[in-house]
Amino acid sequence: MIRIDNLVKAFGPKRAVDGISFGVERGEVLGFLGPNGAGKSTTMRMITGFMPPSAGRVTVGGFDVVDSPIEAKRLIGYLPENAASYPDMTVQAFLRFVAELRGLQGEARRKAVNRVVELCFLDSVLHQSIDTLSKGYKHRTCLAQALIHDPDVLIMDEPTDGLDPNQKHEVRNLIRELGSRKAIVFSTHILEEVDAACTRAIIIDRGRIVANGTPAELRGLSDKAGAVVLQAQGVSLEKLQSLGKVEPVNGAFRIYPADKSKAGELAQAVIELVSREGWKVEGMYNEAGELDEVFRRITLPDTVKRA
Amino acid sequence: MRLIWTICKRELAAYFSSPVAYVFLVIFLLLTGFFTFTAGNFFERGEASLAAFFGWHPWLYLVLVPAVGMRVWAEERRSGTMELLLTMPVATWQAIVAKFLASWIFLALALALTFPTWLTVNLLGDPDNGIVFAGYLGSLFLAGAYLAITCMTSAMTRNQVVAFILSVVICLFLILAGFNPVTDLMTRWASPALVDTVAAFSVVTHFDGFQRGVIDLRDLLFFLSVIGFALFATGVVIRGHRSG
Repeated sequence: MIRIDNLVKAFGPKRAVDGISFGVERGEVLGFLGPNGAGKSTTMRMITGFMPPSAGRVTVGGFDVVDSPIEAKRLIGYLPENAASYPDMTVQAFLRFVAELRGLQGEARRKAVNRVVELCFLDSVLHQSIDTLSKGYKHRTCLAQALIHDPDVLIMDEPTDGLDPNQKHEVRNLIRELGSRKAIVFSTHILEEVDAACTRAIIIDRGRIVANGTPAELRGLSDKAGAVVLQAQGVSLEKLQSLGKVEPVNGAFRIYPADKSKAGELAQAVIELVSREGWKVEGMYNEAGELDEVFRRITLPDTVKRA
Repeated sequence: MRLIWTICKRELAAYFSSPVAYVFLVIFLLLTGFFTFTAGNFFERGEASLAAFFGWHPWLYLVLVPAVGMRVWAEERRSGTMELLLTMPVATWQAIVAKFLASWIFLALALALTFPTWLTVNLLGDPDNGIVFAGYLGSLFLAGAYLAITCMTSAMTRNQVVAFILSVVICLFLILAGFNPVTDLMTRWASPALVDTVAAFSVVTHFDGFQRGVIDLRDLLFFLSVIGFALFATGVVIRGHRSG
């Protein structure tokens, strides 16, 4: 549904987005990760047709967003950063306004508004003006706006920013549920969201893609991925070190595999060693790797990495 | 066309959802009253015309029209709703025209509410209502020209005060280019052709005809081209802002 080809956006000499390419198909939920100022919002603004790219192409549903913007925009629902909406309007008036702009009228408009009001739990604030709403409700109003025409493509810039944990949970569930029928791109810098909602994640840093894969694949990039943590009594460090590099953690030991591709065999080897030595095991698990470790390692500035 | 009307309706509703619209209407009516009857010596003139009323409009609008139009784009930029509006399946020019029309309709309403002045002059005498109509038409186009310029300056900044000041300065120039004391001063050193050329850019020169009851196609064309040019420039400014 979304195709991005070598996208570039330059602000003066600074290239905020520097040659990004990826695609998103229906049924995919793509998490867009990156530190602040990495170019996430700029990329989304180019996909939605708000900003023309300096170079490269974006097509949505086969329509080039520069050459046929109206057709492309019809397919997109967009939740902008900070969930901007008109503060002087009531929730209902705002949703009706957006529905009309989306070409919905009469009965179709009424149905569309009712549907998103239900979906985003806006019933209790329908007749309140938007500037009197709490941040969570404002956010959901803007989300409702993005969903009003049941778009094939959904672009969301930090959809859970500023929400409380319950609301975050609701929004993630909603994204996952919608993801089966739509092509979704959402940006975030909360890593747990990637596990909770994405089928695929892209990490960008200073305008370039630095990692692209399923959450499990990204986690696999972590140093800790495949390591075994063992908590047991009577452990002899020397014997454990025969299996690989060992690091003590809070009274337990983390054993790193010598070869990542043979991580499965490590657990077996640890179990054999434990039973041979007769150590008393209190706990043992396989590390899947930590996303935030991966994130920090690949997005830290080079200078920090070297130091 | 339907999209333009949708945006236009929203903009009009936005005016009336805040007390600013009512404050503006009251101030506008008070000032037109003051200028017509006190500063314009309406009664002392002893004419059955609205010359004392329309004569002040270029000056009155100088402050009041930018006050109405300054928020049009500046507010959208400040609050981030511009991103929302321009990612809808709406062409930029449609949004520009719709917002301009909404503010113009609001100004037309303010102008229409001056009807007691017209009633007064009809009660006291027997004015030529054709001239009065031409005056109202001219006044409406004058307001439209100022408003289009304000739309343009409003798109340039996210600060409404800056938009206001910029448009006052530009509109002031459009008045002064044809204002008698200024043209008199210019004739002392400039050739008459130059003075006429400069004066041709003035709203005052083109508004004069309407006040005398003459609806000249050239005057209409002048106001329409000022509006057209300023709205086109608004589009250029917005495109420039989006490109970064």
